[in-house]
Amino acid sequence: MTFAIEFNNVSRHFGEVRAVDDVSFTVRDGEFFTLLGPSGSGKTTCLRMIAGFEQPTAGRIVLYGRDVTTLPAYDREVNTVFQDYALFPHMTVGDNIGYGLMVRKVPKPERERQVAEMLKLVRLPGMERRKPSQLSGGQRQRVALARALINHPKVLLLDEPLGALDLKLRQQMQVELKAIQHEVGITFIFVTHDQEEALTMSDRIAVFDMGQIVQIGAPSDLYERPRTRFVAGFVGTSNILSGETAVTITGSAQPFSVRPEKIRLVDVATAVPAAHCAIEGQVQDVVYVGMHTRYTVALPSGEEMIVVQQNMDVTPQNGTAVRGKAVRLVWPRAANNVLEEAIG
Amino acid sequence: MRVKSNVNRSPLGLTVTAVAVLIFLHFPFFIVMLYAFTTDETTFTFPPPGLTTRWFGVAMNRADLWPALFLSLKVAIIATAVALVLGTLAAAAVYRSRFFGREAISFLLVLPIALPGIVTGIALRSMMGLTNIPFSFWTIVIGHATFCVVVVYNNAIARFRRTGRSQLEASADLGADGFQTFRYVVLPNLATALVAGGMLAFALSFDEVIVTTFTAGQQSTLPIWIFSQLTRPRDRPVTNVVAFLVVTITAVPILLAHYMTQDARES
Repeated sequence: MTFAIEFNNVSRHFGEVRAVDDVSFTVRDGEFFTLLGPSGSGKTTCLRMIAGFEQPTAGRIVLYGRDVTTLPAYDREVNTVFQDYALFPHMTVGDNIGYGLMVRKVPKPERERQVAEMLKLVRLPGMERRKPSQLSGGQRQRVALARALINHPKVLLLDEPLGALDLKLRQQMQVELKAIQHEVGITFIFVTHDQEEALTMSDRIAVFDMGQIVQIGAPSDLYERPRTRFVAGFVGTSNILSGETAVTITGSAQPFSVRPEKIRLVDVATAVPAAHCAIEGQVQDVVYVGMHTRYTVALPSGEEMIVVQQNMDVTPQNGTAVRGKAVRLVWPRAANNVLEEAIG
Repeated sequence: MRVKSNVNRSPLGLTVTAVAVLIFLHFPFFIVMLYAFTTDETTFTFPPPGLTTRWFGVAMNRADLWPALFLSLKVAIIATAVALVLGTLAAAAVYRSRFFGREAISFLLVLPIALPGIVTGIALRSMMGLTNIPFSFWTIVIGHATFCVVVVYNNAIARFRRTGRSQLEASADLGADGFQTFRYVVLPNLATALVAGGMLAFALSFDEVIVTTFTAGQQSTLPIWIFSQLTRPRDRPVTNVVAFLVVTITAVPILLAHYMTQDARES
């Protein structure tokens, strides 16, 4: 099987800084693959190496079976949607989108036909004559997308393309991006630091930390089975329990994580069902969020656990869970996710 | 409510000051132009005893004036052209790549405009003396290019910095090679900066006296010719006629450049 992209032990060092450090992964054809990580974790550098804006210090990058490691950016069959869109301000929307065809000397009538088609794809029909400065942020984003897609790249690279949009527009564009990917059927590599966005959109996610990939998997794998403390904390919220507390709960000091929504808050008098874990604590803080309420519960050891409850039978309003109240936390043993780290 | 209605109006004091400064700046032009028409031929008295257009005819017939004017124009055009090419290339190199001595080169490029012209002039003169380069049209051009390059370089690098790297990357990403990126992205972005820089370079070169006196030898450019006229009391208004023509001629490209850059800013 030929992969869309293969990274073979790729490194990129800037002097002493190891921006990307011995990274290997493969992306399948047609996949929506996300590089997720905090800023400075190496995800954008990886994207820029695929685009050809950066050269790896070591390793090979293979694009559909062809080694592109040393190929200049203009010879690669990939296109990029930039974080700041990078539209050409002196050109009309039509000329921006047709740029890739223009530099390839595609005749004008054909160019105009394809530009109109692209504008329809990104739902901006008839906008050819506008200047980028006359568009809203969301519209510029669509123009940038159309401009990158018109060359029919084998892979589309998206560098935090939704970062500048407000929440509503961002959620709308997330849905549209997925729809457009379905329509054009090409591989998308998406860079983001927003874990929720990554979970929503991706087929698979590579989590970056300090220049390395710490875990690759489908969104549900990453969420349900984070391998390390970093992934457990970066993708969603996790309670990480170790040491004495872990011994109290599971009988072993092996650190594990458990998601706040897997835990139920019950009265201390309630019996613990079979195959469940339990620990007692005191409600420290209550944050009502509407759909649910988030509780901070202090354990006897002084540690705190986060619990998220749907506002059904247990609510702050009916007095079952208010600040200062002693409660019992109960969750299925199967919800415990053992972390890959030494017992410390 | 009264305060609100005055929001867009400047205070009286500011208006008066602004007008006073504008008069202070431009009144000398008016005087120069006025005395191009005076009937007084050796000393200037105010008001002029009478008005005449006679001096225009006298100026036309002065055989030494025209070569000086053409020499100045030729020098300014060539020096500006050289500055446009070298200044743009230098700005592109300093902006785009990182290399050893980058900061030093950037500093050395800007230095000629900070150095007093007399230092530049003496330096060039001694170099020409040492290397036995004879004074010629080209020695003047070289002298002028030292500071013309600076203004183009400064304008170009400021625009490069404002344009942002991602536009160049986007162009390459879409399949444009280096030349196409320069032709379709860099140059249109740079155009107004180059027009402004070129205009300034032209103006600097056209009225340069100090460096020119050291690099011109026996040749005389228009400013040097005017300067030499001041010591000759006869036909004084001829100098004013020449100044009048120079102001008129240079005003045209300045106005053109102004309108061109304005259009670019609006779009």
